[in-house]
Amino acid sequence: MANTEEKTKIKEQTRRILSRFSRKRGNLIPTLQKVQEGLGYLPREAMLEVARFLDIPEIDVYGVVTFYNQFRLNPPGKHSIRVCLGTACHMKGGYITLDAWKRRLKIDRGQTTADREFDLDTVACVGCCVMAPVTVVDDKPEGQVEPTKVDGILLSFEREREKRGKKKR
Amino acid sequence: MKATGLPDIASTFQKIRKRAEARWQELQDRRAVIMVGAATCGRAAGALKVLRAFKDELKKQNLDCPVFEVGCMGHCYAEPIVIIAKPGYPSIVYQQVNPVIARRLVREFILGDDPCLESVLGALEENELVPGLADFPRAQFEQKIILKNCGHIDPEDIDHYIAGGGYSALVKALRLKPDEIINEVKKSGLRGRGGAGFATGEKWATCRNAPGRPRYVICNGDEGDPGAFMDRAILESDPHSVIEGMLIAGYAVGARYGYIYVRAEYPLAVHRTRLALSQAKKLNLLGRNILGSDFSFDIKLFQGSGAFVCGEESALIASLEGKAGTPSHRPPYPAVSGLEGKPTLINNVKTLAFIRHIVDKGAKWFSGIGTKNSPGTAVFALAGKVVNTGLTEVPMGTTLRQVIFDVGSGIPGGKPFKAVQIGGPSGGCLPESALDLPIDFDSLTEAGAMMGSGGMIVLDEDDCMVEIARYFLEFTQRESCGKCTFCRLGTKQLLEMLAEFTRGKGEIKDLDTLAELAEDVRAGSLCGLGRTAPNPVLTNLRYFRDEYEAHIKEGRCPALMCQELIAFYIIPDRCELTCDACVGNCTVEAISSHPKKRYKIIDQEKCVKCGTCLTACPPQYNAIVKLSPPTEVPK
Repeated sequence: MANTEEKTKIKEQTRRILSRFSRKRGNLIPTLQKVQEGLGYLPREAMLEVARFLDIPEIDVYGVVTFYNQFRLNPPGKHSIRVCLGTACHMKGGYITLDAWKRRLKIDRGQTTADREFDLDTVACVGCCVMAPVTVVDDKPEGQVEPTKVDGILLSFEREREKRGKKKR
Repeated sequence: MKATGLPDIASTFQKIRKRAEARWQELQDRRAVIMVGAATCGRAAGALKVLRAFKDELKKQNLDCPVFEVGCMGHCYAEPIVIIAKPGYPSIVYQQVNPVIARRLVREFILGDDPCLESVLGALEENELVPGLADFPRAQFEQKIILKNCGHIDPEDIDHYIAGGGYSALVKALRLKPDEIINEVKKSGLRGRGGAGFATGEKWATCRNAPGRPRYVICNGDEGDPGAFMDRAILESDPHSVIEGMLIAGYAVGARYGYIYVRAEYPLAVHRTRLALSQAKKLNLLGRNILGSDFSFDIKLFQGSGAFVCGEESALIASLEGKAGTPSHRPPYPAVSGLEGKPTLINNVKTLAFIRHIVDKGAKWFSGIGTKNSPGTAVFALAGKVVNTGLTEVPMGTTLRQVIFDVGSGIPGGKPFKAVQIGGPSGGCLPESALDLPIDFDSLTEAGAMMGSGGMIVLDEDDCMVEIARYFLEFTQRESCGKCTFCRLGTKQLLEMLAEFTRGKGEIKDLDTLAELAEDVRAGSLCGLGRTAPNPVLTNLRYFRDEYEAHIKEGRCPALMCQELIAFYIIPDRCELTCDACVGNCTVEAISSHPKKRYKIIDQEKCVKCGTCLTACPPQYNAIVKLSPPTEVPK
């Protein structure tokens, strides 16, 4: 989808990030992490740049990116929703919470809403088992997220959006 | 023993320590010191808002008191926790503090003299005003060694750690010969806390005697077991104890470089560990010629990328080398040929945290705690259906009953205990009959579970054993790296069979196939992930076969959990006709009022079985029930 202009921009951004690293294979994962931190995801052009920089086959980069859960191949939404499915969360209804998010956002896990407002995914365990079921909303763990709290969180985002809209006007 | 430079090490450190102690003393002389428990769990409960409220109110009242973040005390059920130390009073621990309580504490306790007893959890010291935490029933079962500092010092300030005796074990170790340290660790009987329980001293000796340079020390903080958070809590609350352990390990095995491998899902642990490393480096406790000795050691932090299998040591090394984390054949063990083919010592976070105490207090002290074959303490993360969720540290040999009922105060609402899940996806669910089992590495393995890294999830009658087996298989199946056929395909088949059972399908003879295949997966896999993946299924079948049979034969889920085998139903006689709580709360508008009689009806087609109505229905009516099988719902 990316046009030439976008591609060049991605390349430049990636190169800027890579300039802070030394060219050794052991740096593959840290470089990918930094690139993803900068771009929000790992587009094809960025992976190609990383392969060139470390002088390794492109397939090795792609292989590593698709092996680890943390890397994503498509752009994230403005807000990230991570439903914890650790043991405690699952047993206290994390799967029900996930269903509720899916239903409300109308997307499946691993997807981003059409307006790029939200992306939904699961996480194996964030170690806040005590607050189960947990959903990590924009890097902040929220405890006891049940279907009604899902609606509450979405409502608070909507309010914010409305406020922002008013200010603009 | 090296004679040169020795007095220098001691005197250099003495200076560092004196300064740290002076800073700590200065804190004690202030009007009050406020410590806010702000590990990830505290933050999730709102600790940062509490912290801001304290700072804001102190400013408003024109008070100059130090406020800082501390780690996790282990009483997670009481978060956010705040400790206030005011001269003339014991150090008081407050529970479930919110911004309103925080502001009140500033006005009434710090400015005034009312310690606001209604919010108190306990006191750190014995006193006449507030019950001490040491007098809590759980305290007589607990023995805190590696959790001792957690929640009591600022993990972002190295001086707090040093003032409490930190890094003095390193100074002591630097005066010993490496072999003397290895022997001490061997004599202590310390076994690796990562799960398998391998003798730590042996591992160190193997690494030291292996040819090849440079050698590496890796701290395995890839705590991937869902339901376990001990390593996270230690790295967030007391990162220097792990660094000191690594330094001593590095000196003992003759390593030059170290890595701390932390999960990507633990951003706060990453942040605090990084900060701790840079502070240690500034004081020359890390880096070239540490404290003027000829020992040099550098540590880097490596952030994992979300792969459970990377907790396995050979996969972890592959990941450090920039490859996909697939395990490789052992032997050779990493201690002989690890990172870049060099001798590499890999120890768990908790194992390394024990080292300073062993060097400091001696092997004899350590081996005197716990049981003969598993000396020391075990750290458990208690979660699930238990009153006092949190972290605890108990001597090995403590029984499961003591941990769950005495430390954890049992099950909320007085419901009957059903099982305890130990060791995550590698462990199993143990029933009531195993509760008096003394916990150590060997007894748990015998019972079919595994020590694992120490996650303990308590289950009650509302938890379905078939579903939990399915859950773990779904996890291991997804996390299987795909290298071994039995793990890759076998777990998939196991998962599909279990999923069928949770839908009330399958046949009784499938249970035998399930057990047989589980044994094959165990035998045909290379690494711990595949070899232990069948554990949740096998222990479950061993102890809870009747639940499997109920699912298969009757299409009934006895715990009323499996969504396809239950239905929600409103009992018309119990329904209060003027109340609309369930109608308003239903997230999918599946509940409606009967047009004439006013009682409520659930549209089973629309219902998504989320259970919101059950919570919404006022307890005095208690009109909504779950029924299994769904055909139980009257037409």
